[in-house]
Amino acid sequence: MVAAESYPDDLKYHPEHDWARIEGEEAVLGITWFAQDALGELVHFEAPEAGATVSKDGMYGEVESVKAVSDVVAPLSGEVLEVNQKAVEAPETVNQDPYGEGWLVRVRMSDASEVDGLMDVEAYRAHVAEQ
Amino acid sequence: MAVTLKRTPLFERHVELGARLVPFAGWEMPVRYEGVIPEHRAVRADCGAFDVSHMGQLHVDGPAAQAFLQEMLSNDVDRIGDGEAQYTLLTNELGGIVDDLIVYRFAHGQFLLVVNASNRAVDYEWLKEREPRGVEVRDASDEYALVAVQGPRSLERVGLPAAPAFTHAMGEVDGVEVLVCRTGYTGELGVELCCPADDASALWDAVLERGAVPCGLGARDTLRLEVCYPLHGNDITPETDPISAGLGWACKLDTEFTGVEELRRLKEAGPAAKLVAFVMEEKAVPRQGMPVEGGGRVTSGTHSPMLDVGIGMGYVPAERAAPDMALTIDVRGKPRRARIVKKPIYEREE
Repeated sequence: MVAAESYPDDLKYHPEHDWARIEGEEAVLGITWFAQDALGELVHFEAPEAGATVSKDGMYGEVESVKAVSDVVAPLSGEVLEVNQKAVEAPETVNQDPYGEGWLVRVRMSDASEVDGLMDVEAYRAHVAEQ
Repeated sequence: MAVTLKRTPLFERHVELGARLVPFAGWEMPVRYEGVIPEHRAVRADCGAFDVSHMGQLHVDGPAAQAFLQEMLSNDVDRIGDGEAQYTLLTNELGGIVDDLIVYRFAHGQFLLVVNASNRAVDYEWLKEREPRGVEVRDASDEYALVAVQGPRSLERVGLPAAPAFTHAMGEVDGVEVLVCRTGYTGELGVELCCPADDASALWDAVLERGAVPCGLGARDTLRLEVCYPLHGNDITPETDPISAGLGWACKLDTEFTGVEELRRLKEAGPAAKLVAFVMEEKAVPRQGMPVEGGGRVTSGTHSPMLDVGIGMGYVPAERAAPDMALTIDVRGKPRRARIVKKPIYEREE
């Protein structure tokens, strides 16, 4: 089933409703509960290739539901190390567990200072409340 | 945005049910409640209920009403009797499709046209301008609510007797008097229940109490596309004709109606492009407006909840419009393979 609304404390957020979990020099990226709820059940994740370069605020893939398609925006710059095959094969995983099993890509950050420009959970919650 | 969206008599119900509401044809309508996919599957497996009160209802009455409708509509209205209904097209002078609609015939020269929400005003004005002596066209859309109850268990769920498709009769659901129309837009057994706007909530509550799953416009679109029912504004428009759209069966070319000469010529010569159904052979969801390589365009596209692949309809050059032919769809710059299939795209295995 679809997850209940939540925004974990330990993530960094981008205003386009994307999240990053910082793990040393790497980061795991995904879309927030708000984004998946707005789209509805996902039926397709058009993923980047491993090795692709992503840049902060740039699109690195697309997520599609029955009704809509949306760009996935990179909160941070870097190189794609791994694509979550589960999100490709069973995109509904993103609806069920947007911060866990439904992560999208893992990147090696090219500029760790970009993290400081992202929102913390308080700022993101305020951002969501304005939508 | 200073646009004020209209609300159906069931708006409060949709809010209470937690629907996601979206603007559609000037109305604030539920696109989904639980989710498009579970709602779609409920209709294919059991029973779903849709608020389609945004659709237009035009009364066409009077001693000359039947003759007038025969001139305005493409199908042969003389073929239906009292208590029957017919799918038909309102055509323009060039044979283009002003709207597609269902005409219901009642006793004493009375007809009801149920038309697309987006075309309600256009249709009304079209008919009103041409209304001859002995006919009265009246837009009664705001007086009625319309609830579609669709699915293999729909009749049993709402306790209505079996009846042939495209018939209508007065009936009752848990004390609410309704006009029961054996019509729908899902490809399933079902009814469309028409009642006075004031009775809408009681009817809706009764239908849900009897186990129908509330369904939004999202599921309505995926259901109709799986069975290749055209959507006016997407697959058929005033600039497209019924012959190219595969709706020649709804045009009786031996009757006289607006644009019939054009359509006779087109049928004789053969259309340059045809509306085909296709299934994606790669992971991708086709969408309205996407170009087809070698000419043509997608007019409707979605992800099929039953087949779990991208499906769509679109116009392609007639010489490339046969089942099993390969198509390449330009999906935001990426070529994606598809294959033309016979309509409907989805059919229940019996």
